[in-house]
Amino acid sequence: MAQITASVYTSHVPAIGAAIDLGKTTEPYWQPLFKGYEFSKQWMKDNTPDVIFLVYNDHATAFSLEMIPTFAIGCAAEFTPADEGWGPRPVPQVIGHPELAAHIAQSVIQDDFDLTIVNKMDVDHGLTVPLSLMCGQPTAWPCPVIPFAVNVVQYPVPSGQRCYNLGKAIGRAIASYDQPLKVQIWGTGGMSHQLQGPRAGLINKEFDNAFLDRLIADPEGQAKVPHIDYVREAGSEGIELVMWLIARGAMSTKPPKVLHRFYHVPASNTAVGHLILENQV
Amino acid sequence: MSLDKPYLDVPGTTIFDAEQSRKGYHLNQFCMSLMKAANRERFKANERAYLDEWPMSEDQKLAVLARDLNRCISLGGNIYFLAKIGATDGKSFQQMAGSMTGMSEEEYRNMMISGGRSANGNRRIGEDGDAQAHHQPQDKKASA
Repeated sequence: MAQITASVYTSHVPAIGAAIDLGKTTEPYWQPLFKGYEFSKQWMKDNTPDVIFLVYNDHATAFSLEMIPTFAIGCAAEFTPADEGWGPRPVPQVIGHPELAAHIAQSVIQDDFDLTIVNKMDVDHGLTVPLSLMCGQPTAWPCPVIPFAVNVVQYPVPSGQRCYNLGKAIGRAIASYDQPLKVQIWGTGGMSHQLQGPRAGLINKEFDNAFLDRLIADPEGQAKVPHIDYVREAGSEGIELVMWLIARGAMSTKPPKVLHRFYHVPASNTAVGHLILENQV
Repeated sequence: MSLDKPYLDVPGTTIFDAEQSRKGYHLNQFCMSLMKAANRERFKANERAYLDEWPMSEDQKLAVLARDLNRCISLGGNIYFLAKIGATDGKSFQQMAGSMTGMSEEEYRNMMISGGRSANGNRRIGEDGDAQAHHQPQDKKASA
């Protein structure tokens, strides 16, 4: 049977992708950030999974206002890195895992979560920046990836509680897949940031670190935090953090082993948070 | 029954909800069209003519021409869509975000390097933080 070996959490700031692509990672502005991912890249090499289930959000790239799915699972054989207006990132094609994706879609929909099945989709920085942070600049990504896009652009976005419950359903779906696959689930986005209006630039280190503490030790409690708390405390775009609860919900109920924790301000407009949690079964 | 919108009292912040999305549909879809290089070229060649191809309000078109992102947002624009205009202009996300704060590019960048804008005083309208309307230089200019 397939099993979730670990969950990974990271911000997915587009400027981080640009810094990698333009060879700026050793510049003084960026060096402290990338230092925080050195452990992670080595860990990824030593613990390469068979599949990554990657929870992220699309930023008006694959989904315009024509269609706004709340939860969309990528079931295609491959996904092309998108041109978001600055030209496509020079990163490898993302290879999917249609068999496991279809299995998860069927299981999770039967579990009362109405996923949108997507068979054709470009993927933006929300998906490719976490891969770059964890894998560096390989000629091919180390394993197949199932993109799972969550609407956090147009309110109302799904609640933390719904995300957490969905994660549990995804965990059950993966556990019922009849192949011995090692699966990592990643939750991306955040941490505190606001990109719009006179309040742009908001950062809240206290909120972010309390979120990290609670995500590790009390995810049930964190899941109950309403949207408005994220908006007020972590900025209008800080709401992306609800996606971390999907990955956390998919983990075993036993306390996870914290393999790595990192926090840094700023990357462009954003606070960067990062965790690697090993699943304890 | 009225809708629950607890976010209307957050200063300097417009939440892109279903109502804003309805108001901004054509504005945001215009922005999406700039993801194609050929459309970016046509827009740059004659911005007004390109905008006139879209069923946007005159206010929305003027806000785009002025690159007034705060105004675009109040008229239903969303920052991830508006970012396509910035990309067309060769602006970074930080430059775009900073342009809405009344700060210079350098001031905004320095604020971020020193830890960003504090939430203190900026959680609710009526407090005394730097994102409140009475501390915003662009609002002061407007009322001067």
